[in-house]
Amino acid sequence: MLAYIIRRVIQAIIVVFLVTLLVFFGMRLLPGDPLFMLFNPNQLQNYTQEELQRIRHEAGLDRPFIVQYFDWLGDVFRGELGKSILTKTSVTKDVAKRIPVTMHIGGLAFLLGIVFGIPFGVISAIRRGTWLDTVVTALANIGITVPIFWLGIMMIWAFAVRLHWLPAMGYTSPVENFVLNTKQIIMPVICLAVFPIASNARQARSSMLEILRQDYIRTAWSKGLTERAVIARHALKNSLIPIVTLAGMGIPMIVGGSVLVEQVFNIPGMGRLTVDALFQHDYPYVQGTTLILTAVVVFTNLLVDISYGWLDPRIRYT
Amino acid sequence: MTKETQELDVLQGTAPRVNEVKRFFRVFLSRGLVVFGLVVVILFLIIAAAAPLISPYEPNKQNLREALAPPSAKHLLGTDYLGRDTLSRLIHGSRMSLMVGLVAVGIAAVVGMVLGLVAGFYGSWINLVIMRVVDALMSFPMILLAMLLAGLLGGGLRNVMIALGVAMIPAYARLMCGQVLAIRETDYVMAGRAMGSSNMRLMFRHIVPNAFPPLIVLITMQIGSAILAEAGLSYLGIGITPPTPSWGAMVNDGFPYLLTNPLLSFFPGVAIMIVVFAFNMVGDGLRDALDPRLRGML
Repeated sequence: MLAYIIRRVIQAIIVVFLVTLLVFFGMRLLPGDPLFMLFNPNQLQNYTQEELQRIRHEAGLDRPFIVQYFDWLGDVFRGELGKSILTKTSVTKDVAKRIPVTMHIGGLAFLLGIVFGIPFGVISAIRRGTWLDTVVTALANIGITVPIFWLGIMMIWAFAVRLHWLPAMGYTSPVENFVLNTKQIIMPVICLAVFPIASNARQARSSMLEILRQDYIRTAWSKGLTERAVIARHALKNSLIPIVTLAGMGIPMIVGGSVLVEQVFNIPGMGRLTVDALFQHDYPYVQGTTLILTAVVVFTNLLVDISYGWLDPRIRYT
Repeated sequence: MTKETQELDVLQGTAPRVNEVKRFFRVFLSRGLVVFGLVVVILFLIIAAAAPLISPYEPNKQNLREALAPPSAKHLLGTDYLGRDTLSRLIHGSRMSLMVGLVAVGIAAVVGMVLGLVAGFYGSWINLVIMRVVDALMSFPMILLAMLLAGLLGGGLRNVMIALGVAMIPAYARLMCGQVLAIRETDYVMAGRAMGSSNMRLMFRHIVPNAFPPLIVLITMQIGSAILAEAGLSYLGIGITPPTPSWGAMVNDGFPYLLTNPLLSFFPGVAIMIVVFAFNMVGDGLRDALDPRLRGML
């Protein structure tokens, strides 16, 4: 077990390392001098070649890529993700401020996805072919197709503009004002939870249907067990593994979705930070935020993998 | 033909192929939602192809005197803040969605399949390197990767297609690799090898055709995902550049007028949903028809 965990942690670190490589060199190999992106042509005329060279030098952009990369990697290990080329603010500080916001909303959406998605899927499988199954399946199919930014805007229209039940946008720290915070995150969380709920329900349904066809379920029925015992003790436990895997694979989807949701509801989280940095072509910011987001995704996936052991003792981690 | 002779034909491998095709269509078209999806997809293709012929106005023609008009006989779905006809923009927007969907998935499928084929067929360190990179990309949110690429390339139709195409490669590479690993060990591939077939012949005559069915399902579903992702990128402003009509950008354009004209954001979102739903349903139907084991499971 311990050897397995260690091997998986090393694998996860390699994955994060590979992503940093891809992002770092991808950004530098793509056409376009970052300085031309940072300033518009009019501003650019105000700088002499020497000044531009100086800015480039200060940001370390005139050194070979490989040197830049290892320099940056060294900084990362010291906990410093770099400084903005333009404003010189620390990426680490900004990320530290914003990551709790994204985790707060994303984490709640993930929980909702499990709490609602799995039971809906299981019930729909048990009552296969009934109206309940039809409704759940239809809703789940719609849930995986709805554009979440559009859903967010429609919710703002319904609950903020028309009904005045909830604030339209913004984010306040829960420590500062818990009630306002709760009101503000209701819509973003629901918005972000729609996809995980729908996809978990689909997965739970198909996984459960597969299990219900197994011989040991027939045996359980023929022993005269009650439906409750068959479902809860025999079927549900065995169908959980693929469901948990898929719920874990939903984490990248939640992180990706939070970019859109944070944009719609004007929430200062990691997604917003990444989009803003991207628009400004601020290399250190883009590198820093992608590194952190990848690390979050990779390590939550790792936790999901390790948790199988508790769910299913048949898995022996060889 | 009697039942017995039919069975005999099947045993001898001389059964007419028509039965297979018929069976495919019977299963494929057996569910109402799949038929609905197929009809919507065909309609979508027709609308995109015939956009200039059927749209009532020029999609970019401004008419400020009629800006933000509600739906009426003249403008069936109303007009936006520049007085452009919403219906015409929706019709022309379908072309962008379709282009992005097809080209992005095309790029992803071709590159991903080649990578998966090479990784699965040659194995050893090639497999290790390719699949590790694929794993790294898989753990990364697709929309975020596409956003990074599109943002760095600078937006626009071509760059969005490239960005989404690259972002979707891993799924194909992984699926293809798994398929190839399984098929590589089958008797007919071994027989081909024993007969002295070259690697190229083994890969393209024997392995690729047999690995194809699940890939067709993935391709269909991914067209929907690509359309959805393009809408997201265009909504963020890193996608298709205005004034070219794109459904995602139209949702964003309508946002400031939510108070007075909520329909401006409403219609394009519904269009995205219907089309993506339709592609998913067709994908579901194809999976049922191509993989009998999974029939009716999802």
